[in-house]
Amino acid sequence: MANGIGSMGFLEPYAISHQPSAIFMLHRFSKFVAACTVLLILAGSLVTSHGAGLSVPDWPTSYGWNMFTFPPSMWVANIWYEHGHRLVASTVGFLTIILAIWLWIAEPARHWLQRLGVIALAAVIAQGLLGGLTVLYLLPPAVSTAHAGLAEIFFCLTVAIALFTSPDWKKGYANETSPVSGVDDARLRRLATGTSIAIYCQILVGATMRHTGAGLAIPDFPLMFGGVIPDHWNAGIAIHFAHRLGAIIVAAMAIRSAIYIWRSHTDRPELASPALLLLILILVQVVLGASTVVSRLQPWINSFHVVCGALVLTLSMIITLRSWRYRFGDVQVRPVGQRSEQGRQAGDVGDVGQVGQIGPVA
Amino acid sequence: MRLRNAWVGVLGIALAASVAACGGSQETSNTSAAPSSPAATPGGQKVDTANAGSVKGKVAFDGTAPKNEAIKMNADPVCLKEAKGPQSQETYMVSSDGKTLGNVFVYVKDGLGSYVFDTPTESAKIDQKECRYHPHVFGMRVGQPLEIVNSDPTLHNIHAMPKANQEFNNGQPIQGMKMTHTFTSQEVMVPFKCDVHGWMNAYVGVLPHPYFAVTKDDGSFELKDLPAGTYTIEAWHEKLGTQTQSVTIAAKESKDVNFTFKAAATTTN
Repeated sequence: MANGIGSMGFLEPYAISHQPSAIFMLHRFSKFVAACTVLLILAGSLVTSHGAGLSVPDWPTSYGWNMFTFPPSMWVANIWYEHGHRLVASTVGFLTIILAIWLWIAEPARHWLQRLGVIALAAVIAQGLLGGLTVLYLLPPAVSTAHAGLAEIFFCLTVAIALFTSPDWKKGYANETSPVSGVDDARLRRLATGTSIAIYCQILVGATMRHTGAGLAIPDFPLMFGGVIPDHWNAGIAIHFAHRLGAIIVAAMAIRSAIYIWRSHTDRPELASPALLLLILILVQVVLGASTVVSRLQPWINSFHVVCGALVLTLSMIITLRSWRYRFGDVQVRPVGQRSEQGRQAGDVGDVGQVGQIGPVA
Repeated sequence: MRLRNAWVGVLGIALAASVAACGGSQETSNTSAAPSSPAATPGGQKVDTANAGSVKGKVAFDGTAPKNEAIKMNADPVCLKEAKGPQSQETYMVSSDGKTLGNVFVYVKDGLGSYVFDTPTESAKIDQKECRYHPHVFGMRVGQPLEIVNSDPTLHNIHAMPKANQEFNNGQPIQGMKMTHTFTSQEVMVPFKCDVHGWMNAYVGVLPHPYFAVTKDDGSFELKDLPAGTYTIEAWHEKLGTQTQSVTIAAKESKDVNFTFKAAATTTN
């Protein structure tokens, strides 16, 4: 099967490099890192929602103490959120170091995945630096928004790594009844990719709104100053309006993608299931967004809105990556130990997913 | 190669951040400076206090004052212990009869021309005590040191958010810690907040002259030693906005200027 991106080194065929149990452990660990990143995003959003971003005025120290020796007795009031965020971030950073090393060791045949681990590590380091800089420079909106935007990218990286290390991904979502690796559907790829990009843009607008204090620039919901559109404008109102408009656009795109998946690929649970979940999460997200305004930015509602947005993004990204799975290299069911001619020519030794049953043929 | 370049970039950012971090820790020391601007025009005339007059008056309140927001200090057990009894914000400091308004900053906004004034050497002071700022509203002079004290056995950060002066945010984790700061530009008002204890806030008016006052609980104020002239007097309240009046006083004359804030009023000039 043609492999358009493989020539760039991004889609080299898989190789059995380690014992299956170790590979599954890597997958589980990458899922653990992704889960911890959800907690990190929650911790970060709680900082902003509580206005606690400057409650620890120094960085990387905390009130002059080393971050890790800052006395717990001093974790009072808003410091709990800011210092807790720093500690969770440090933990995720440490876990990412392990993940990057583990990927480097365990995935020698998938160089692109090794590099993805390094990129994730670089992202989390840059994220930490951005977090520090925004404290030292007293929360400039541009830096804080960049911090929020990079957080989403890092979360996407951890989820993508978890996906790429999953047995199903390695199998190409092929099974005994559907021995085809993924689906080759250009329209699906366009829809899914467009939706993911739109969600990320929407999150950036939301982050800009949060960090410029425009969360209540339009104080009513669902109307805006009593009308369908605002009757007066300033920068805050424009950003807030863009976020509400973006929500409609993103929801419409997600619904369009989901309907297309259900109509065209109902036999593909790796697409149909997340499509359903995506719609549910979008509904929850809209309710949380409305509740955030109605509750006058209640910190926990506001924070769950941020976290749900991140989950919507990564879920859409999973659908997108699965829609592109076909282009990552073809896989089909074949007898145990059989290697394709092309695979042999390429030096490939087979796939690791469902070892002994599934392997690449191109 | 690309990867190597990326790492060099990351290390560069890390180095820059380290330098920035060092700068940040220095700022937590006792003194921090801001961009300079002259407190008074050199060569101007000094006020002849023997022939000076005064402006005095009251700030009245019309309507029913909103109830001050209750403060819950549960987030910090030390604050709970230090600040005994129910706590509330100091936004609307109305008299017992509800007719006058305290904590209003009244000052000469315009009309002093080329008069010059010596900058006080003694410090203005703001104290963090019982997890509140004392005073809540006050005035000080351009170039005058501001002593910031933490009298609480808990930690605070003092975060000033001026527009004309330099913003700063310093931690005071230990009881008894002091620092000084000097504002170098006129600004009415500079808000202070503690990001640890979100309920703590204060306001300071920074002026190049001594003609300012904060109304007492009975709404009264007095601006003494004003030379003869025509002045714009402004009254500022943290929620109710500002009001201005013009007044002309002759030598040794005292005039009354009264303001009235309404409950739902906004800025009026």
